[in-house]
Amino acid sequence: MPMTIDKAQVTMPSEREVRVARSFKAPRALVYKAYTDPQLVKRWLLGPPGWSMPICEMDVRVGGSYRWRWRNDKDGSEFGFAGVFKEVQAPAKLVHTEGYDPGTVGGGYPGKDALVTVTFSDDNGVTTVTSLIDFGSKEARDAAVATGMTDGMEQSYQLLDRLLSDQVG
Amino acid sequence: METHASTRLDATFLALADPTRRAILGRLALGEASVTELAEPFDMSQPAISKHLKVLERAGLITVGQDAQRRPRRIEGAPLAEASAWLERYRDIWEGNFKRLDRLLDELQRAPSGRKRGRRRRQK
Repeated sequence: MPMTIDKAQVTMPSEREVRVARSFKAPRALVYKAYTDPQLVKRWLLGPPGWSMPICEMDVRVGGSYRWRWRNDKDGSEFGFAGVFKEVQAPAKLVHTEGYDPGTVGGGYPGKDALVTVTFSDDNGVTTVTSLIDFGSKEARDAAVATGMTDGMEQSYQLLDRLLSDQVG
Repeated sequence: METHASTRLDATFLALADPTRRAILGRLALGEASVTELAEPFDMSQPAISKHLKVLERAGLITVGQDAQRRPRRIEGAPLAEASAWLERYRDIWEGNFKRLDRLLDELQRAPSGRKRGRRRRQK
């Protein structure tokens, strides 16, 4: 059944996975482009305020690799993701590995890369994108959850919280 | 500290992965209940319920009340709040990204017929 997801939906379909879904009012081909053209990706895949994306390289074809790196503009800390495309079916599906690059932030889980399956489904000009991140094991997922990709963001959130409360208090 | 928090989160997510356990928490959110009282609506044997309760207890999501006879289970807020705070933060981060993507897609949809940028159609 077609369904529009107005706000990012995050679920844990199994103990190894995290699933993120969201709908966009744009044709599927365009959404796919925004996900695969590095010049476009670096304009939106930025994380919380205060982070920029100095490195965004993507060779979107089977066997091609990509590298994403974020930088905290305040304290200069960096982390990233890198991987290889396993499946490329424009404009419907992308499968890629995702290895955490701890940069200067640290965290993560030593071991296998996660496998990310991104599907783009089309319904009357509304495109729903679903990213299923399979961490391969519960330990890896929980590590990613508890530290890894969120840690640096968490730091910046705390920084923001402090700044805001300073302003208010 | 960090490992402690991560182990705890780990136990919390494991506990929440199961629909029955989520339902038990839903029931306990309404007020404490004994194992017998919990077994009833779920149509499960007491040992089966006890097993789920043990997982919830280990995750610190529920505690056993004072009454030695009934041993009522009650919900414990803190670990749950930790888990849902993580999910919420993660969702917020994504939603922030997606809002930017919304704007980018709007811009791209308005742009192509015009000649805002010569980036495209350089080639015939």
